[in-house]
Amino acid sequence: MVIVYSDDKKLTFELLSKGSELAKGLGKKLTAVIIGKADDNLAKEYISFGADNVFIAETSIDSFKAEEYTDILGNIVKETSAETILIGSNKNGKELASRLAGKINAGCVIDSTNVYLKDKKLTAERVVYSGNAIAVEQFNSKPCIVTVPSKVFDPLKKDGGRKGEIVKKKIEVEKSASKILKVQDMKTGDVNVEDAEIIVSCGRGFKNKDDIKLVDELAKVLKGKTVGCSRPIAADLKWLSEDHWIGLSGHKVKPKLYIAAGISGQIQHIAGMRDSGIIVAINKDSEALIFKSADYGIVGDLYEVLPKLTNAVKEKMG
Amino acid sequence: MNIIVCAKQVIDVSEMKVDPNTKKPILQGVPQKISDIDKNAMEEAIKIKEKHGGKITVVTVGPSDAKERIKELLAMGADEGILVSHPEKYDYHVISSLLAEAIKKIGEYDIVLCGEASIDMFSGQVGPRVAALLNIPQITYAQSVTAEKDKVTAERNMGDKAVTTESTYPVLITVTKESNEPRLPSLMQILGAANKPINDWTADSLTSGLNPMVDTVELKGISMERKNVIYQNDLDESVSKLVDSLTKEGVLR
Ligand SMILES: Cc1cc2nc3c(=O)[nH]c(=O)nc-3n(C[C@H](O)[C@H](O)[C@H](O)COP(=O)(O)OP(=O)(O)OC[C@H]3O[C@@H](n4cnc5c(N)ncnc54)[C@H](O)[C@@H]3O)c2cc1C
Repeated sequence: MVIVYSDDKKLTFELLSKGSELAKGLGKKLTAVIIGKADDNLAKEYISFGADNVFIAETSIDSFKAEEYTDILGNIVKETSAETILIGSNKNGKELASRLAGKINAGCVIDSTNVYLKDKKLTAERVVYSGNAIAVEQFNSKPCIVTVPSKVFDPLKKDGGRKGEIVKKKIEVEKSASKILKVQDMKTGDVNVEDAEIIVSCGRGFKNKDDIKLVDELAKVLKGKTVGCSRPIAADLKWLSEDHWIGLSGHKVKPKLYIAAGISGQIQHIAGMRDSGIIVAINKDSEALIFKSADYGIVGDLYEVLPKLTNAVKEKMG
Repeated sequence: MNIIVCAKQVIDVSEMKVDPNTKKPILQGVPQKISDIDKNAMEEAIKIKEKHGGKITVVTVGPSDAKERIKELLAMGADEGILVSHPEKYDYHVISSLLAEAIKKIGEYDIVLCGEASIDMFSGQVGPRVAALLNIPQITYAQSVTAEKDKVTAERNMGDKAVTTESTYPVLITVTKESNEPRLPSLMQILGAANKPINDWTADSLTSGLNPMVDTVELKGISMERKNVIYQNDLDESVSKLVDSLTKEGVLR
């Protein structure tokens, strides 16, 4: 059995696409797991996106806690004799996958960018050393747990005619000694750097919070409207929310055009944007690392370059 | 309060070079350091000890030269170090099992602290795996930690959500790089660290028969070939050349 689980519906569709390919290769069935309230519509959607079965673990637990979800998923793995487990790589998914791996003594690969069978063995690739290399990881035991971030795989075409079985089961597990006191939404607006086609990013080269309007304006005329930033701008200075933060510990992006202004190009920043189509760097230091990772660059003061560039783009695009 | 910090010795990825022909990373001769975020875990441990007293033990699974790195953590404020010898073949299952066995052998603990992930691999598996093996709650991605006498509360960065979680002891907490600013030890502390104990434990003495479940069969290079067209003379000319280039690339529409 191949099972897929994520609390993110879109990501589950993507996992189902890879899951059904693996299930075929292994000659097994594909089961989508839902944890929480029984939601038949969601279950049917999962079937139309490739699931052979849907397992709904009904529980009264209202918020995610890795300890409890691990026990639930561990039960399902046992019950379905699942050997391949694909989990969506958001933060909940990563801590769940890792704890499950510890609990059921399984191999686990986090944040895979490719998953396939090689010599009949499940194989997963992941980026390591801050984007300097790809490790090819092969499982030599079962079960295998792999987490996959969003947008790595395309979902299958929806097929409303697909049939599948929906199994519901109440699963009660031991309560964890931890308690969730508060959950607060951090999304500040409709910023979504991961979906953006054009991103203009700012870094420590900006002297004041107000100056960020320079990237805003360029982003606007580029019709990209999306502003990104390096870690210090979001984490230390808090001039922008974390939605904008790009890099190893922030968001991974792959726009068609990425413009980095006043960003030095440390490897942890590059790790988040190296898959971009065209990379443009603006930096006053001609030795800045960012130029090595750029297709085009202008050596100059961003305070002079950005307004000129904004005007020139405006003229060009009419 | 008895606190255990798990710390990993890693290569300094920012000092890493890539072989121009094979595009594979060159792993030999790169300077080693304690993974940055494990120092945040260490700092958090010191803060908790400052408030409640107790003892901080650092556990590392690593090669013998990792002792030098453990000394840095002793200088920061740990009381004792334990170096578990690195088995030849390992994966997250092997390393986490060794850490969990070492922690069980230490015996008394209230808090186990880890970094959210190591900066070389950035998986974040070890913390939750160890928590599962010890069968204790886990609080991941902590941005701030408030330890009280019989419970701990943490604000966690879960991406698009901020979650506040509380737990009784024992508990495992993983902290983010933003959680604090790790202190730099003074010269006195560095000298003083020489007198603090570092124990060598062999992997075999903790548990036997551990085998990796995942093998890294290949390390592929990533080519980061970019055009590197840099304009640096007249500014107006540079800007107009850039706009022309971007138009030709078809990204201006
Ligand atoms: C574990 C770990 C995780 C990390 N994760 C991330 C991450 O996810 N994302 C991230 O971005 N970083 C991350 N970092 C931090 C990273 O190493 C760098 O410190 C950070 O990216 C630097 O940000 P910056 O380029 O904005 O600032 P700086 O490095 O200070 O660079 C500022 C640049 O601006 C240029 N400049 C200054 N003034 C001007 C001007 N007037 N005009 C033009 N140019 C100017 C300077 O020449 C310089 O190149 C991480 C680090 C660690 C250790």
